[in-house]
Amino acid sequence: MRRTPPIRVLSRALSIAAATLLLAACADTAGDTAQGTAGCEAYQQYGTFKDKKVSLYSGIVAPEDEPHINSYKNFERCTGIQVEFQGEKEFDTQVQVRIKGGNPPDLAIFAQPGLVKQLVETGKAVQAPDTVVANVKKFWSESWQGYVTVNGKVYGAPLGANVKSFVWYSPKEFKAKGYTVPKTLDELKTLSEKIAAGGQKPWCVGIGSGDATGWPVTDWMEDMMLRLSGPKAYDDWVNHTIPFNGPEATGALDAVGEYLKNPAFVNGGLGDVKSVASTQFQDAGLPILQGQCSLHRQGSFYAQNWPKGVNVSPDGDIYAFYFPSKDDTSKPVLGGGEFVVAFSDRPEVKAFQTFLASDTWANEKVASTPGGGWISANTGMDASKLTNPIDKLSAQILQDPKSVFRYDGSDQMPGAVGTNAFWKQGTNWVTGQSTKATLDAIEAAWPK
Amino acid sequence: MEIAAKLGQLALGLGAFALVVTVILLLAGRFNGPKADRRLAWLFLAPTVLGLAVAVVYPALRTVYESLFDAHGAQFVGLDNYVSIFSSAEQLHVLRNTAIWVLLSPLAATAIGLVYAVLVDRSRFESFAKALVFLPMAISFVGASIIWKFVYEYRPDLPGVSQIGLLNQILVTLGGTPQQWLINAPLNTLLLVVVMIWIQAGFAMTVLSAAIKEIPVEIIESAQLDGVTGIGLFRNITLPSIRPTIVVVLTTIAIWTLKVFDIVRTMTGGQFDTSVVANEFYTQSFRSDNQGLGSTLAVLLFVLVLPVILYNIRQLRRWGA
Repeated sequence: MRRTPPIRVLSRALSIAAATLLLAACADTAGDTAQGTAGCEAYQQYGTFKDKKVSLYSGIVAPEDEPHINSYKNFERCTGIQVEFQGEKEFDTQVQVRIKGGNPPDLAIFAQPGLVKQLVETGKAVQAPDTVVANVKKFWSESWQGYVTVNGKVYGAPLGANVKSFVWYSPKEFKAKGYTVPKTLDELKTLSEKIAAGGQKPWCVGIGSGDATGWPVTDWMEDMMLRLSGPKAYDDWVNHTIPFNGPEATGALDAVGEYLKNPAFVNGGLGDVKSVASTQFQDAGLPILQGQCSLHRQGSFYAQNWPKGVNVSPDGDIYAFYFPSKDDTSKPVLGGGEFVVAFSDRPEVKAFQTFLASDTWANEKVASTPGGGWISANTGMDASKLTNPIDKLSAQILQDPKSVFRYDGSDQMPGAVGTNAFWKQGTNWVTGQSTKATLDAIEAAWPK
Repeated sequence: MEIAAKLGQLALGLGAFALVVTVILLLAGRFNGPKADRRLAWLFLAPTVLGLAVAVVYPALRTVYESLFDAHGAQFVGLDNYVSIFSSAEQLHVLRNTAIWVLLSPLAATAIGLVYAVLVDRSRFESFAKALVFLPMAISFVGASIIWKFVYEYRPDLPGVSQIGLLNQILVTLGGTPQQWLINAPLNTLLLVVVMIWIQAGFAMTVLSAAIKEIPVEIIESAQLDGVTGIGLFRNITLPSIRPTIVVVLTTIAIWTLKVFDIVRTMTGGQFDTSVVANEFYTQSFRSDNQGLGSTLAVLLFVLVLPVILYNIRQLRRWGA
């Protein structure tokens, strides 16, 4: 019955193996930060550190992560802080799990101001240090400051931005057919009617997006809400101080319906009104290239959906114009963005957080994203350095003093509405449900 | 370096596992005396019992507990979540769809599998014909859903546009107009059920075919001597002989069907009134931020599956005896 010797041998072998692995792991992570202080003047204010690490967690994955990592190479070199970037597609759920489980990252990048608010309420988010607050006050407009402010306290800083109030069109087609870019909502309607009278469906729309099907309807409705009832009513509606199914919302959704549910206006090259629901949003703008439709409302990120070889520029195959406002007196802009929130207040975390909120970082990011597709609402960002025409247009709209920026409403609403009922009911609305039934159902879904 | 670190983690995990086994073996070696056998049994069971307790029993109890709380788990709401499953129009749709799934897919898959098994039994092409029906079993639910999504795919009814979906192309060839199959309830749920039947008919066929072959030749021969053939033979001899197998096949498919999530999520994402309990549970928990309702749906799913599993186990036991 003496079986111990072989087991002892086995366990000894195992412990040696484990020790070797541990050593290997330690050797791996001991970073070799290249030292050198050339060009470090702008970084002096962040101080110098030795062997300090900051973890940054986000939903930014390849290929967008590369420019991100490159944008703080100089910061790492000059301060000695090592940034551990981690990007995951499942970020939205995983970050909650990590925070709830007591294992939060030092910094995380969120795309929903609603989530920031929720995290602050749980007491896990750390209030931003004075250096960050100073940057936020200096470089961002009041509406942007509002998204990171909870109960009068700043809990982070905005990072990137995008503009959603865009209508994609073909400058070549407009020139050939003598159409002009509409400046008001009435002109947009007139243009649509004019194109429809020529026997073509003017708009192409698609709201398909897997289990997120319906979200483009929310963007349409938010744009209309902003234009017809103004930013104040929009905020009240988003914060639910006025009902979701009130007269303002009804007016906005009906106005959207004049486009999306109008058989004469949709769905160019894609089918009847119902095809709006079954067309994938990525494919929905493409019929413009075949001349089967002329207008497609979608955010600046849609620039990436045009096939290679399509010339996206002010007089090329494709370009975008600002989704017009009601009249000349206002210029509401619907958009989205990212926010950095800290879960630690170690000095190195503060330093990196301050850097991310600075104009230096915004310009580093522009420089490290040569292909374009990234902008910030940071007023310190040098818009002349942008290379991509859509980025330039977006930056111009964001920095226009007449612009009134509003964040995508569904991203600010509670999950039960913003990422469920609003999508689902919006989809049902497209396939035939009445405006009243739709808005009543969403109002009923709002958490009590 | 990423890979090295991951491999390191893997090796550490395996090492930890080996360590636990080693410790257990070491301890086992020390047992002796009159009750050694019993203690030994408990020792070997311990990791499994512990694993089940941590990974199954505790989460199950916790889910029941959370189903009694509100969306954020902050306030006790009693049975409110259960009430809303059975009262809100949207959740009632979910229950209706689940009922359609559970009624249709086990019955249809078993019926098709049975008829097919009887038809190809002892025919010249038996193994080839069986392989054809069994093949879908080898495809994952998500893969099958993507295949069928293409079958139902819609392209606009415009000049110069050709259909890429099989179903619509057949329709167009026959002179019809293409349909957007997946957006009209309740037809779309039936079309999703077809995918499940397509996958499971092969399972039903294989198991039932084996059962048919188990029927003693003497019984069939004596029945034939008595002049029983065709339908009569099937009804009076085959069916009663394989009844226990049919029950097991029906219940097994019913369990799979109750848990169906992949097909719905891949094909419609639960939109257009096609959601079922398993999909809605996921949506409520992870997208709608309603932990309470999500937990309640999970409990409901558990309660629905439980009797089927118990019945299944009892049948299996009787079958084995």
